[in-house]
Amino acid sequence: MIIELNGRRAELPKGATVADAVKEVGVDGESRGVAVAVDGEVVRRMEWEKTELKTDQAVEVVRAVQGG
Amino acid sequence: MRSRVDSRASTAASSAAAPEATGSDSDRVQAPESPQPDERAFELGGRTWGSRLILGTGGFRSLEAMERASIGSGAEIVTVALRRVDPSARGSAIEVIDRLGLFALPNTAGCYTARDAVRTARLAREAFETDWIKLEVIGDDRTLFPDAVELIEAAETLVDEGFTVLPYSNDDPILARRLEDVGCAAVMPLGSPIGSGMGIRNPYNIQIIVERAAVPVILDAGIGTASDAALAMELGCDGVLLSSSVARAKDPERMALAMRQAVASGYAARRAGRIPRKLHAQSSTPDEGIPRLDG
Repeated sequence: MIIELNGRRAELPKGATVADAVKEVGVDGESRGVAVAVDGEVVRRMEWEKTELKTDQAVEVVRAVQGG
Repeated sequence: MRSRVDSRASTAASSAAAPEATGSDSDRVQAPESPQPDERAFELGGRTWGSRLILGTGGFRSLEAMERASIGSGAEIVTVALRRVDPSARGSAIEVIDRLGLFALPNTAGCYTARDAVRTARLAREAFETDWIKLEVIGDDRTLFPDAVELIEAAETLVDEGFTVLPYSNDDPILARRLEDVGCAAVMPLGSPIGSGMGIRNPYNIQIIVERAAVPVILDAGIGTASDAALAMELGCDGVLLSSSVARAKDPERMALAMRQAVASGYAARRAGRIPRKLHAQSSTPDEGIPRLDG
């Protein structure tokens, strides 16, 4: 299954969840300051394991950085 | 229209009244206590803060520099941004902020539309477990001036969703009033463009905003050096948000301390009440009793 992960094409197994996408990006999902949006809508942390992704969905995994 | 200065000045006067008698064993006259450098608490978003300086964490050469400057500034609130995860990034801003016990105020920097800003704010709420958001909706990347129309729309939506909205705005008194009307917890007019270091280009507008606002006014953007921060406070702002002027200074830690002192001094000067400007001199030494020495 192909999705768009942080602006890049990524291949994940069918049935992959938001939690899998977070792992794929290489960030510790437990760490504070990490959040996920799928097609622009926030997926709450408690829903990551349950939320299956679909082909062509755009997943954004963001975290805190320095900024004014 | 209320007079912010007067109400504060009277509070200050009562709290600075002569110290209470210390007991029967002390008959000697006590000198009044010297007031401490002024960093009185202020209310923002329903919480009480000890520092009126909010530090942006962007632009520092390293996390270590950011940490030292954060400590030097005395700030309790520091801003952070959200960006795509970069697995190669070393260290994390939020770890430093948490370790120092500071409040991380997420921003929506880089958003050009109300829709993007609202979505970013929702992500920030999830990431930081806070309803507070420094709302930035900019109009173009050369000036980084706010887009007033998109800003109002985003502010309205976020207030409805329960956010504590701190909007970065133009130095426009009407826009400030509109932002207050839709329920923003503060208004944050710019002094000059973000990162420009041009100081406060329209102090009269800032003064008008301060005069009319019933929510805290925080001067946001354009501060170049300590005197700019002091001026913001002298104009009646409740706080100053700055970033580049510290982060890009040759010695950020030292500049952070300078800003802390400037904010405290400017605030104290505002409360003390400056003398009016006059065109001509007014002697401070009495004319009476001048000896005749012309022989």
